[in-house]
Amino acid sequence: MNKSLLMSVLLASVLAACSNNAVKNKPAAPVVDSAQSSQAAADAEAARLAAEKAAADADLAALKDPNNILSKRSVYFDFDKDEVKPEYRALVDAHAKFLLAHPKSKVAIQGNADNRGSREYNLSLGQRRSVAVKKVMNLAGVQEAQIETVSYGEEKANACKDEACFQQDRRADIVYDHE
Amino acid sequence: MMKQRFFILLLISLFSLGVRAELTIEIMGGAANQIPIAVVPFDASPVAGAQQNSISNIINADLKRSGLFRTLETRGVANQPHQVADVKYSDWLGIQAQALTIGTVEPLPGNRMKVAFRLLDVLKQNQLLAMEFTITQSQQRMTAHKIADMIYEKLTGEKGVFATRISYVNKANGRYSLEVADADGFNPQTVVSSKEPLISPSWSPDGTKIAYVSFEKKKPVIYVQSLVSGQRYVLANFKGNNSAPAWSPDGSKLAIVLTYSANSQVYIINADGSGLKQLTYSSGIDTEPDWSPDGAFVYFTSNRGGGPQIYRIPSSGGDAKRVTFEGAYNVSPHVSPDGKLLTYIKQDSSGFRVAIQDIETGQVQTRSDTSQDESPSFAPNGRIILYATNVGGKGTLAAVSSDGRVKQRLTDAGGDVREPSWGPAN
Repeated sequence: MNKSLLMSVLLASVLAACSNNAVKNKPAAPVVDSAQSSQAAADAEAARLAAEKAAADADLAALKDPNNILSKRSVYFDFDKDEVKPEYRALVDAHAKFLLAHPKSKVAIQGNADNRGSREYNLSLGQRRSVAVKKVMNLAGVQEAQIETVSYGEEKANACKDEACFQQDRRADIVYDHE
Repeated sequence: MMKQRFFILLLISLFSLGVRAELTIEIMGGAANQIPIAVVPFDASPVAGAQQNSISNIINADLKRSGLFRTLETRGVANQPHQVADVKYSDWLGIQAQALTIGTVEPLPGNRMKVAFRLLDVLKQNQLLAMEFTITQSQQRMTAHKIADMIYEKLTGEKGVFATRISYVNKANGRYSLEVADADGFNPQTVVSSKEPLISPSWSPDGTKIAYVSFEKKKPVIYVQSLVSGQRYVLANFKGNNSAPAWSPDGSKLAIVLTYSANSQVYIINADGSGLKQLTYSSGIDTEPDWSPDGAFVYFTSNRGGGPQIYRIPSSGGDAKRVTFEGAYNVSPHVSPDGKLLTYIKQDSSGFRVAIQDIETGQVQTRSDTSQDESPSFAPNGRIILYATNVGGKGTLAAVSSDGRVKQRLTDAGGDVREPSWGPAN
């Protein structure tokens, strides 16, 4: 997707937000008599909410659709490393695009480490990993306000004994705030 | 190799009605020249079942656990003296004792008791120590530890640490609790408990407070809690992570780690939460500060050169100097009370192990034979290093003497134990 298309998506959602406000404000105006017009306004509001919900559901479905890259949420790292490896670029970029298209959406990027070494060092390492993923999103244009970084260090790690298991814990998870 | 087990579970019902599991200590190894000592039961006719809990038994267990003593079986000796006048030295030479401890326990009105003990040199046939205490029932264990400390110091020339406390985090049934217990694992008291992780407890130098990191606000925040009143306050809750608290030796300040400006960096903050000042500046991770005993330096872990290594920086600020050079991963530094040794976790081909480094010469030795070690810290006398490890997939505490000869394992039957820290000598 190119930039101008993104901009138009953004613009559209800004406009939608404006018109929504206009609709919302109506019932607050002093309506004296017309039950019918208030009924119409309520119907319009219900329809709008339904449409919004359908759109939101469709978006949520995209985030959960196993065939959509957006359903993939974890970026894995090498031992004691915080570089986002090339194979995870597409995944992070897809979420960046989603966030650009949904400025009201927010994500927490939760950094983790395997349970070897030091808890405090791993807490810092998990933080570096979450920040590394955030920076890739920032480069794609996502604003700071949409991303929160958190580290659990090795506190959520599994009781691993081998590399296959350790590998699963060295990751940053992208978690949407409405989930 | 000597291998002994102390199962203290039997005593739980007597001493900790709070139904909390206590640490069970298993000892492996011992010093090359253990001092043979006999401790004669102080109370001639103990209440049934109380024998194991008697003052003389606690003294005996303490000395044995240190690995520096060979505690002798005294039951075979017919004459069990309580007074110096009754001691027949030939009896004790007969079982090859070099030192003999005798004593009395005399009940007093009002749940109090008088405890008297003497330490005798069997070879020279003279008295080395004599002391008397008037105590309440509840001070019995601590008094026994204090007597053991006196015996230990008289015979080894070093301070004992039996009358000190340790702290650790226990994870059981999905809850984390920060516990403070006597150095022998008895009498655990919960300082704080939470559904979210608790890490990095650090004792104030006077032993009255513990700083720790709690994730209860869904991110790491540093608290300071009084062990006297149980009251706590937030020391640091800045944007990002707040972690790794370490008290300055005078107790006025703490070194802490914040991600306030992106990377983990070491800061210094007054104990009341005022006067925050950044100490380290790097583009990498700087964490796990620990003060030198004179307060002049702060040792810390940093990956500024690639992998994590230990550095030190003047506590007033300045240039950081790298301290560890062997291996690619060295973390969690703690300085010995005399400022001469550094213990830390070193990764080698067999895993993550406790290492000890002579600060002046730089000589490094691995001290543990476990492989997933974490959080080493010195006992107040510098002789023992307490650390966390993993045995059979379960968090366990372990201890090793600085010379590597005596090893102990401290397990909690009911949970996963980690994040140990040895409290100061009182």
